[in-house]
Amino acid sequence: MNLPAVKVIYLNEMRRFWNTLLQSLASPVISTALYFVVFGAAIGSRIEEIGGVSYGAFIVPGLMMLSLLTQSISNASFGIFFPKFTGTIYEIMSAPISFFEIVLGYVGAAATKSFIIGSIILLTASFFVELRIAHPWWMMLFFVLTCISFSLFGFIIGLWADNFEKLQLIPLLVITPLVFLGGSFYSIDMLPPLWQKITLFNPVVYLISGFRWSFFEVADVGVAWSLLMILVFLLTCLGLVWWMFKTGYKLKQ
Amino acid sequence: MSTILSVKNLSKTYDSGHQALTNINLDICQGEIIALLGPNGAGKTTLISTICGLVSPTSGTVTVDGHDIITHYRQTRELIGLVPQELTLGAFDKVWDTVNFSRGLFGMAPDPEYLTQLLKDLSLHDKRDSMLMTLSGGMKRRVLIAKALSHQPRVLFLDEPTAGVDVELRKDMWQIVEKLRASGVTIILTTHYIEEAEEIADRVGVIAGGELLLVEDKSALMEKLGKKQLRIDLRETITEVPASLAEFNLSLSDDGTSVTYTYDTRGERTGITTLLKAINDAGLGLADLQTSQSSLEDIFVNLVHTES
Ligand SMILES: Nc1ncnc2c1ncn2[C@@H]1O[C@H](COP(=O)(O)OP(=O)(O)O)[C@@H](O)[C@H]1O
Ligand SMILES: [Mg+2]
Repeated sequence: MNLPAVKVIYLNEMRRFWNTLLQSLASPVISTALYFVVFGAAIGSRIEEIGGVSYGAFIVPGLMMLSLLTQSISNASFGIFFPKFTGTIYEIMSAPISFFEIVLGYVGAAATKSFIIGSIILLTASFFVELRIAHPWWMMLFFVLTCISFSLFGFIIGLWADNFEKLQLIPLLVITPLVFLGGSFYSIDMLPPLWQKITLFNPVVYLISGFRWSFFEVADVGVAWSLLMILVFLLTCLGLVWWMFKTGYKLKQ
Repeated sequence: MSTILSVKNLSKTYDSGHQALTNINLDICQGEIIALLGPNGAGKTTLISTICGLVSPTSGTVTVDGHDIITHYRQTRELIGLVPQELTLGAFDKVWDTVNFSRGLFGMAPDPEYLTQLLKDLSLHDKRDSMLMTLSGGMKRRVLIAKALSHQPRVLFLDEPTAGVDVELRKDMWQIVEKLRASGVTIILTTHYIEEAEEIADRVGVIAGGELLLVEDKSALMEKLGKKQLRIDLRETITEVPASLAEFNLSLSDDGTSVTYTYDTRGERTGITTLLKAINDAGLGLADLQTSQSSLEDIFVNLVHTES
């Protein structure tokens, strides 16, 4: 195992984060605060409790998921796309390093950033609403698994994309709609029966439901399903990255 | 000398269908400096990239220090440093950070002392905290060399290290290469400047159209390149070269109106004076004289011709 390589990749990726720390942290804090002002205070005060949870608190897990998904994908995809774009990836491709170590460095850093941002959001939220976390370990598990698997997914997008448009395409056209329609801001029960069924095909529903359950013990689907879903997603992404490196997909001629 | 790098029957056809390398065979000894000489598009970069792991070979094998570059890529890549042809560097990193990054990437523990000395040797020390995008082209080239040497490789690839760099850097580069050779590093460089090959290489490989046409000791190749020809047009037509001129190894043209004398420009004496006197003594009249030198291009053309 080439640990020094994993370390320098990881630290190098994190350096960008620290260099733009204010930017990196200010935007999630401000947007979270805005969501709370709009949904929590202005609109939320007119919405009744969901499963005994105030609307303001109810949206916290969804809000965190929204940021985790978008941040993980954008950080990880940019992290690997940029060296590909500038050509500096030649160094990584010619180094004595395995695909797993490359992934560990890049995805590890992207996941760490998401984790930090998610924690900041949680902290910010706790100033606006009264939060309780019924199952802290489950919460941590979902939190960490989401950071890792969506950073992996972003990494794949970064490998696949050969221009900036493609880099933006999936987050914009796929992820954002799935998150908004995945019950970030409402419970599935609130939908008409047909839509409830359709929504179950949205994998993000399982994520948000499981995560929310770990806070408030209210869930749209069973927590085991949520866990299974995220593990399947994680392994699929891992398999895909492995295949990409094995075949040299868009990395080697 | 033991073989450090061995290329066997290596071919590469790109996805586009273009065959960039055809059945390359090459053995490189530990500690030698070999220049791959060839025109643009010859396949030099493809060859280097394949050995370094950036391009997958279509067929054939490469071993470095006895290890296969695909099945034992960790062992082979640890031994190799690569300075790419293009100035590919991140924009926002600092010189010091980027060489440390390279060293770590190749699995080495940090060694600030070695890296400080390396930067000093490459006249980069006072730029250690500069951002890469603020550096001139020549400085960037130096940074790429520092990155390639950061993990103390035993084999160094320099892909057109002096293309488009100023005279000063070129001189520095040759000095650096000389120093590395003294420390036992094997160096493979590509160039299309014959003088460069002449200046620093022990052996020269000529590559064109994806084929390695020849690999020879520099001195042998230079001898070919150093040859000049003197064509002497005669006043009369002759059927054979007079016996008194036998020692000059003249070749007679088909129509018998001229003879050609081949000599070495770098020899102490060219023998032209004695030749002209001998021709005069043989009673032949001179109509015209003309000298020509085989350029690298001619050599390529000749080689390609004799190959096919
Ligand atoms: N990625 C690629 N895809 C298709 N053809 C390529 C690729 N890279 C290089 N070539 C072609 O292969 C040939 C050899 O290129 P290269 O190895 O870069 O030559 P050199 O370094 O000697 O100038 C050229 O004709 C070039 O156009
Ligand atoms: Mg080239």
